[in-house]
Amino acid sequence: MSGLSTLVEARSTLVCCGPGGAGKTTVAASLALAAARRRRRVVVVTVDPARRLGDALGLDGLSDEPSRVGVDVPGELWAAMLDTRSTFDTLVARYAPGPEQAQAILTNPFYRNIAGSLSGTQEYMAMEKLFDLHDQERFDLVVVDTPPTRNALDFVDAPGRLTRFLDNPLLRLLMAPARTSLRAASVATQALLRAISRVIGSAVVADAIAFVRAFEGMENGFRDRADRVRRLLHDEQSAFVLVAPPQPGATRETATLARTLTDAGLHLGGLVINRVHPQFGALADGQPATGDGQFGPLRIDGPEPLRRLYANLADLTAVAARERHQLEPLRELVAPAPTVLVPMLESDVHDLEGLDAIAGYVAGN
Amino acid sequence: MLIVAGKGGVGKTTVCTTVARLASGLGLSVLVLSVEGSPSGAASAAVGPPENPIPAATAVFARLAPDEALVEYLESHGLGRLSRRLARSGVVEVAATAVPGIKDVLMLGKVRQLETAGVADLIVVDAPASGHAVRFLGGASGLAEIVTGGPLRAQSEQVAALLQDPRRCRVLLVTLAEETPVNEVAETAFALEDRAGVALDSVIVNCLLPAIPELDDDLTTLAGSDLVDGATGGALAAAARFRAQRQAVQDLQVARLGDALPLPQLHLPFLFGGVDSNGIDVLAGALAGALRSRVTAGDGP
Repeated sequence: MSGLSTLVEARSTLVCCGPGGAGKTTVAASLALAAARRRRRVVVVTVDPARRLGDALGLDGLSDEPSRVGVDVPGELWAAMLDTRSTFDTLVARYAPGPEQAQAILTNPFYRNIAGSLSGTQEYMAMEKLFDLHDQERFDLVVVDTPPTRNALDFVDAPGRLTRFLDNPLLRLLMAPARTSLRAASVATQALLRAISRVIGSAVVADAIAFVRAFEGMENGFRDRADRVRRLLHDEQSAFVLVAPPQPGATRETATLARTLTDAGLHLGGLVINRVHPQFGALADGQPATGDGQFGPLRIDGPEPLRRLYANLADLTAVAARERHQLEPLRELVAPAPTVLVPMLESDVHDLEGLDAIAGYVAGN
Repeated sequence: MLIVAGKGGVGKTTVCTTVARLASGLGLSVLVLSVEGSPSGAASAAVGPPENPIPAATAVFARLAPDEALVEYLESHGLGRLSRRLARSGVVEVAATAVPGIKDVLMLGKVRQLETAGVADLIVVDAPASGHAVRFLGGASGLAEIVTGGPLRAQSEQVAALLQDPRRCRVLLVTLAEETPVNEVAETAFALEDRAGVALDSVIVNCLLPAIPELDDDLTTLAGSDLVDGATGGALAAAARFRAQRQAVQDLQVARLGDALPLPQLHLPFLFGGVDSNGIDVLAGALAGALRSRVTAGDGP
């Protein structure tokens, strides 16, 4: 047992989250590969893979349907790309009472804006896709890579995003004239609608009213679905894996995310600190490494012919030590969940071999 | 006015601080605005205000909050005292969803107000990460298509006019010398030009390991030397090889960036000691040096 091996061996859903630029996609793909090497049927859903990594996973198109990755493993490795829009459309089509109502919603400009700009929609759809794939029972494990999170609450709230939006008092107010006769709509409501129309445009308000009207009767389906997604995320079989680089700002952001997830009753499965500077062994005679980034006066004494090598070792040692030191509070915060450090490799990860190397650090071999 | 944009984790906030340090050192007053939703915004929301490494008299750091900008806007456009109640009840969310880009335009409207009022000699805006930056800065032109009239349209047009005037506003891109950040910064650059019509100034390549060209010679010296014991020699050699390999990746990516993006590059060194006040001084010095050599070479303003 090492690192996150219990997660890839036993859990049924893993959600990778963390700040932008942390390498979530790479870590998600390597967790999936590690599980497939352990005889499991795995699908990894990525948000926006780098080109060459996408190629390695066979994601050349924009399909959000899983495709099998051409790699020889005892289990199965599948990959899909999250398409927020198409996932949302599928969801609407599923709960619409008929094709006409589905069409009315899908072509409504207000809906199109929601699908694109409602805050947290990407997280919502990532969780929705996770649920959908989990529900199909084709896979033992679903690994989801998530968009860089600007607001930790986006995850916690994700499943109920749309129904809560529809509960918004303003939308309820817009509904009033639709539900009752115009005469019954209060004078105050009419005045408010006029004021809002003046500011954001009357076409926008008309679209919103048409959308809410078309959506009537579908809320219960969505609400029920949201509850099931929420239950899945809170299930013992699900875990969140935090991925962060070893920089102070990102570490603070990750700590906030960790607290929010824990407070919401979600399970922290582990913490992956990605691209940590490697350590090269202690300096002779316990000399302190005080590299300062300046290749000027020497800070450690080595034989004159080797002074540049000493300075380089001192500088890299100082970075490695500082990175490890500053992530200690975060390590303590996520404990007892394990923390694994993935060293900065000599080149970028863009193929299955690279993913295997990362998998070795994250989940052992 | 300078807008600093780039992928998450490349050091936008560090670059903003560096620019502020450099400009205030030249006697300019500087206002650094971070947008809520940018990493610095999220981090500072979590741990309180960002440490201000520059004396407050010369540079001021502030954060823009979209919801407040919207409430302020609604108040001044006919909804009066109702706005605050509406904001609490979630009208902001609905309005922002109904009209994508409204928050962005209102925040930029706030920036424009500050710029027009001349509150500082230089305003530095810490933009949201790449894709969001395109939406953030492109919102003004997008909004004009949706909203056909009224005060919001006027606001969008004023913001677009500021963004599209290269004498008033430029974008400083930031990247690392690594595969994905290089690809992304090139995409962002073209998208920003096309969709926001904003002038791109230069691209900062952050965290570059200073070159040690003699490393190979030194390794040869080490191999033939009995000056150090085996363990120390092994550590020295491993560290040197790691450094050489990272540098090779870095050189390759800097060259790729040059091919992908025809903009002047400004190189900032990796800080072995971390980004503290001293580190910012080092970066400001490096930035000044890079700008000087560009002026000497005559290929920039």
